Amino acid sequence: MKIHGLSSASRCLAAEGGVRGLSSSSGPRVCIVGGGPAGFYTAQQLLKDAAVDIYERLPVPFGLVRFGVAPDHPEVKNVINTFTQTAQHERCSFHGNVNVGKDVTIDELRQAYHAVVLSYGAEGNRSMGIPGEDLPGVFSAKDFVGWYNGLPSNKELHPDLSFETAVILGQGNVALDVARILLAPVEMLKETDITQNALEALAGSKVRRVLIVGRRGPLQIACTIKELREMVNLPNTRADMLPADFEGIAEALKDLPRPRKRLTELMMKAVKEGGDDKAEKCWGLRFFRSPVEVLAGADEKRAAGIRLALNKLEGSGESVRAEVTGQLEDVDCGLIISSIGYKSIPIDPAVPFDPRRAIVPNEMGRVQDTAGLYCSGWVKRGPTGVIATTMNDSFDTARVLIQDMEAGKLDLSVNKPGAQAITALLQTRGVRMVLFSQWEKINAEEEKRGKSLGKAREKLLDVDEMLCRAK
Amino acid sequence: MRIPARDHKSTSCRTRARRDILPFLRCDLGPRHECLYREKHSSDSKVLVHFVNQSGVKSSVFVTEGETPLDVVIKKNLDISGFGAREGTLACSTCHLIFEESVYDKLEPIVDEEVDMLDLAYGLTKTSRLGCQVSVEHWMDGMTVNVPQEINDQQGKQEAVSSK
Repeated sequence: MKIHGLSSASRCLAAEGGVRGLSSSSGPRVCIVGGGPAGFYTAQQLLKDAAVDIYERLPVPFGLVRFGVAPDHPEVKNVINTFTQTAQHERCSFHGNVNVGKDVTIDELRQAYHAVVLSYGAEGNRSMGIPGEDLPGVFSAKDFVGWYNGLPSNKELHPDLSFETAVILGQGNVALDVARILLAPVEMLKETDITQNALEALAGSKVRRVLIVGRRGPLQIACTIKELREMVNLPNTRADMLPADFEGIAEALKDLPRPRKRLTELMMKAVKEGGDDKAEKCWGLRFFRSPVEVLAGADEKRAAGIRLALNKLEGSGESVRAEVTGQLEDVDCGLIISSIGYKSIPIDPAVPFDPRRAIVPNEMGRVQDTAGLYCSGWVKRGPTGVIATTMNDSFDTARVLIQDMEAGKLDLSVNKPGAQAITALLQTRGVRMVLFSQWEKINAEEEKRGKSLGKAREKLLDVDEMLCRAK
Repeated sequence: MRIPARDHKSTSCRTRARRDILPFLRCDLGPRHECLYREKHSSDSKVLVHFVNQSGVKSSVFVTEGETPLDVVIKKNLDISGFGAREGTLACSTCHLIFEESVYDKLEPIVDEEVDMLDLAYGLTKTSRLGCQVSVEHWMDGMTVNVPQEINDQQGKQEAVSSK
């Protein structure tokens, strides 16, 4: 199977003995930190001109494609096929279960490789910064999604789904994914790769109403039309919108660019038509509202409601801002999910980090003031965009790196030991690496378990168990 | 939640396994579904199509009638970075192609779900379609399809003609 990225020219050259002498002992060696879409797409482009090693903290690859994409969107995960091809390329090797920053430092990697690319994404989340945020019953969307997608660190989440109303703060695609998973009929989920414990929890869920709340108005909603369409078409649910939120929107339609116009028209259709009154479940968008406090129940032990401040919009176009009006609104609910953005964190003091924007400061993927260090994906641009956005971004970083190689900005005359040195170092530190062929054993086990449950796969939830299976 | 995959009509080996399991995937795209039967009855005639990639490099290939541009890019390994990430399942816009107006106007009508994905595509034009949703027909012989140009790479336009 061929990777699309390889041009016929460079394939021919490789067959004839290599571009820049790509034999095993010499030639550029690049290290990529992070085995998600950014890491794999960057690797894919670099393989034409370098040997590439990918280091990933978990024993299993693919990052948010495995842990972020909703279980009922299996076609989005098709990219795993192209990533698998990349990992199996003779000049590429995957090293799982390696925590860069803890098991090995960035400086050690920079000594072993001609260039290092940071593609480790955004593992933290933005907090709402309001009182009561730490009460039981409040979750970040990142953790909630991690829970139903089998991220090992979220396996003990045990969200209580015995309340009728759930409120989600944020109106991006992640927020809509969470709403859809909360309200979808279990029949639609039971053959997917959703974890079994999440499936069982959802089957027993009493959640019947989900409100998806945004600071600004309908014209600023951050989700895309495909996800909104799935909510509108969700069986046995109806839309519960506030017509007041849509005042003046119809008049603005004609001036909107097509994607925004179609999205807005779909929302207005939902306002008008609502849906089947007999539907047991409902969902609604709520606009111009910001969370100011999570309200505890009478026993003060868990969340029982949320206090929202009503906003008005100032400014126009791209710079529309929400400003407080002073009015407040309380909503009774037992499940609160904050979906206001993921956030990158610094993993090594040797790497510059911008805490305000929560990214590694860079110029077109070249890390500021640090020759030979690059970045791609969310850690470079911030945590927005779909996989295709990350793909284009990763290709850009790879191109810049190759340009630097060709312009002599990286000293390729020195041979670098690459994985040989790092593997030796990790062994002395007692770190058990998982190679791609070993992930394939984990993969086979997950598919086997899934088959017996009638599902696409049953993910292993425990890192120790993954390591055991990888033997 | 998703529209069933259109890969039932793809001839590329990547999706063949799935097609074997579900040879008659019901497709909500309506009249387009006839493509499955058209593929079986095609006269195997070859259609000349010119692909211009993101750097302006042109590749000319002969396509079997009934294949999609996505099938062709995969089969002939054309140098188009990141093309067809979701393998024809209407879940991305990476196979976005710009058609000549005369060809575009005669293509089968576009459905909402394809427009939804196109709305997210970089460099969208009035004659844009997804390469996985268009079936190459004999009347398209000699057409040129363009991948949206990269912003910062306009150097060196070359021609590469590959044989069938």
